[in-house]
Amino acid sequence: MAPVIEVQGLVNRFGRQVVHDGLDLAIRSGEVFCIVGGSGSGKSVLLRTMLGLQRPSAGSVRIEGREVVRQSAQALIAVKRRYGVMFQRGALFSSLTVAQNVELPIREHFAVTRELARELALLRIRMVGLGVEAASKYPAELSGGMTKRVALARALALDPVILFLDEPTSGLDPISAAAFDELVLELQRGLGLTVVMITHDLDTIFRVSNRVGVIVDGRMITGTLEEIVDSAHPWIRQYFHGERGRASRGEATSDG
Amino acid sequence: MPFELRDEGGRQRIVLRGRWTVVEAPALEPRLRAAPLPAARELMLEASGLEALDITGAWLLRDLERRLRESGAIVAWAPGRPAPLDFIDRTMTGSRPPPPDEEPLSLITGTLHGVGRATVLAREGALDALGFVGIVTAGFGRALTSLKRLRLPSVVRHVYETGLTAVPIVALIAFLIAVIVAYIGAQQLRKFGGEIFVVDLVTVSVLRELGVLLTAIIVAGRSGSAFAAEIGAMKLNEEVDALRAMGMDPVEVLVVPRILGLVLALPALTVVADAMGLAGGALLSWYLIDIPFNQYVERVQGSISEFTFWVGIIKAPVFAVLIATVGTLRGMQVRTSSRELGRLTTVAVVQSIFLVILADALFAVLFMELDI
Repeated sequence: MAPVIEVQGLVNRFGRQVVHDGLDLAIRSGEVFCIVGGSGSGKSVLLRTMLGLQRPSAGSVRIEGREVVRQSAQALIAVKRRYGVMFQRGALFSSLTVAQNVELPIREHFAVTRELARELALLRIRMVGLGVEAASKYPAELSGGMTKRVALARALALDPVILFLDEPTSGLDPISAAAFDELVLELQRGLGLTVVMITHDLDTIFRVSNRVGVIVDGRMITGTLEEIVDSAHPWIRQYFHGERGRASRGEATSDG
Repeated sequence: MPFELRDEGGRQRIVLRGRWTVVEAPALEPRLRAAPLPAARELMLEASGLEALDITGAWLLRDLERRLRESGAIVAWAPGRPAPLDFIDRTMTGSRPPPPDEEPLSLITGTLHGVGRATVLAREGALDALGFVGIVTAGFGRALTSLKRLRLPSVVRHVYETGLTAVPIVALIAFLIAVIVAYIGAQQLRKFGGEIFVVDLVTVSVLRELGVLLTAIIVAGRSGSAFAAEIGAMKLNEEVDALRAMGMDPVEVLVVPRILGLVLALPALTVVADAMGLAGGALLSWYLIDIPFNQYVERVQGSISEFTFWVGIIKAPVFAVLIATVGTLRGMQVRTSSRELGRLTTVAVVQSIFLVILADALFAVLFMELDI
């Protein structure tokens, strides 16, 4: 089957600094793919490139077979309706309520009635495990965990097939983070989503990922979780076999 | 049609077809609402003909199913109920209907509510402003006792940003205003044969009023808004909380240097405006009424008293305090949203211009009483 997202020969250069140097990546339909990498390894740049928000120095990105790089804004809209993005800090519009935040993409793209837009927004809010009483709140009144959930609800507003999550569990306590992992898995299974996640949370990687991609030296090393954990690359070894990595792996194996 | 009715020996079948997704939803919903419900007791819904069904489509389908059930029919699915519908059922279990929107108030109670709210807000705003003035005064007291707390590098930066970078626009506007005053003055005074008094008119009005007033208004628009927006964005980004948490006083770090910087910058800008105004007057006097430059200078010296220049310049620090205080206060009042930031920045500019003009009027009365 053709990959949902295909990145080929991606090069990103900023001045003399080379972030990506011929990066290849293929993400399959229906999998949860975790992207890992050190600070400054270009995870966010890769995400922004895949979303079509940033033009790479060279290379191509195809989402469902459609090229994203160097396309007109008009052409990109069709691609953008196929994915939802949850930004790291939520990026909720602070002057709109929770319900209005979720309604916004629906009403922007489709001429639905006000009532249906509100119903669909409330359904999304329920889907991420929030009550209707959250709907009329403003982002400033939300806790960190609720902000993440609302951001997820907004990412799901247009029934995407691909969900991009940028550090979804950063800033959450371990219990909330674990609950968020379960939520992502439940939605992924329930809606048949392809999930692409940037994360540093080893517990999350062990819990949700089908495959993992590690950005090292400007390229991507991909494999199943076991393959990556057993990789001989020194950075990857240190990442998964360091103090924190061992603790998370231990939990995952004793878990089941 | 997104669905089709088939009668098969007493039992009716509803065959669903086509795409039921968020893309089709706007067209689908009104057609579903308008479609007459079949009257049969037993209904078979057939979903195998659906080309695509997402959560939005499933929501509409579930709504149709609910309406059929409510009309008294027994609904069955063949070959089975689509999975997204079950997913929504699980999601919606235990959900309460959303609270109804508040009923709009009648004209009279609504007006009363509005007046009451405005009164309370005005009282809070006045107390807030008064408290801020007190806090800033205390901050000045602390800052003036030690050189370290005065934060001179920051003060210098604000003198540069509010003063030096404003010189071109202030100079240009002062020059143009003097030209306008001279033009109108010459036109009117010619009727009495008193063209020479154009010089007096330009000199006195620029030095006493126009120079400082225009400079203050330009600075209110440039720097008052910048103060409010800078501090407001810092509030939204929790930078002000970070300062507090590090044991630094935001008033001392953010407010005092801005006020002090503007107090130094505005009089200097006023001197620039005065000079450019007089230059504009000189040019127009030569052009309109043939007064050469040396005669213009003599006439200027004859028209002013020892106080004229100082009457204008003394107002500049007062205006500076008003503009900077309002700007920083409004910035500090930003709490939650980016919309508030925009609103309070606007308020900062409008209020500081208003206060500058009000203060100028009070000065005019004061100087009249003092007979200066």
